[in-house]
Amino acid sequence: MSEQTQHDEHALHIVGPGVYVAILISLLAGTALTVWASFVELGFWNPIIALAIATGKAMLVVLFFMHVKYSSKLTKLIVFAGVFTFLVLVSMTMADYISRAWGSW
Amino acid sequence: MWLFLLTEVMFFGGLFTAYLIYRNWYYPAFVAGSHQLNVVWGTLNTLVLILSSFTMAMGVWCAETRRKNGLVLCLTLTFILGLGFLGIKSIEYTEKIEKHHVPGFHFSVQSFVDPASDPEIYKEYHDKPLPVDMARHTEVYFSLYFLMTGMHALHMIIGIGILGYMIYRARGGAYTSGHVTFVENFGLYWHFVDIIWIYLFALLYLISRHQ
Repeated sequence: MSEQTQHDEHALHIVGPGVYVAILISLLAGTALTVWASFVELGFWNPIIALAIATGKAMLVVLFFMHVKYSSKLTKLIVFAGVFTFLVLVSMTMADYISRAWGSW
Repeated sequence: MWLFLLTEVMFFGGLFTAYLIYRNWYYPAFVAGSHQLNVVWGTLNTLVLILSSFTMAMGVWCAETRRKNGLVLCLTLTFILGLGFLGIKSIEYTEKIEKHHVPGFHFSVQSFVDPASDPEIYKEYHDKPLPVDMARHTEVYFSLYFLMTGMHALHMIIGIGILGYMIYRARGGAYTSGHVTFVENFGLYWHFVDIIWIYLFALLYLISRHQ
């Protein structure tokens, strides 16, 4: 099925209720997991785990609810470029921020 | 539609970056501010929004497979869940107004330094007093909290407005005759708003919860 859609990118790929239900359950489980994890003392790792779970949930939404997994390469490229540009902007901002007072602490 | 969503990513990205840097500056105040949020309401809202994303996805499927009644039902459920989200959000906002935690509107440092000064509020919440400088910096946290959740809520309100229009048109069979692009694009927008909330929930409610 997925092979076929890759060859014929203009064909409308209909994602069925089964996939949506599976994603819904995963998202609900992810929410429960992240709330539980936030009450456990993990020190340094707490925000990292919270953001990792959030990113996992966001990827499920983007890939399946937003059909990116089944979309054309152009759409995939646009999504990837958006996320990548955002990460570049954040990392450059942070690099500037931590290097402003370099050596003066 | 994806290009529009990318501009939205950059817009919210700026807010997230501001949050990141201020959290670094005023870390203890952000922890204290975060503890003022009710994680039960936040979790409930996350569940409501995820469910609404699911009903929206099912709506797109109904439109694609030309099920008119199913589409109307899914859009209506999404509409109701969206309103439910805003309802819970307004409960949270009301609590912030009662406790004088709204910057620029009536923010009271006193309410953090000496929570017992307002006996009625104190009886209900039992907040611990904070040092003055920390109490001042919680104002930064709440500014960002209201800015980010407020912009998110505005997106929800716009989405709910468009949903109302779509329900009206779907009842006339507008999207179940092969023209599904509008429903699909709205679905993308709605899921995007869901994703923003997933991150807001993690950053504002959860990451300081363990302390």
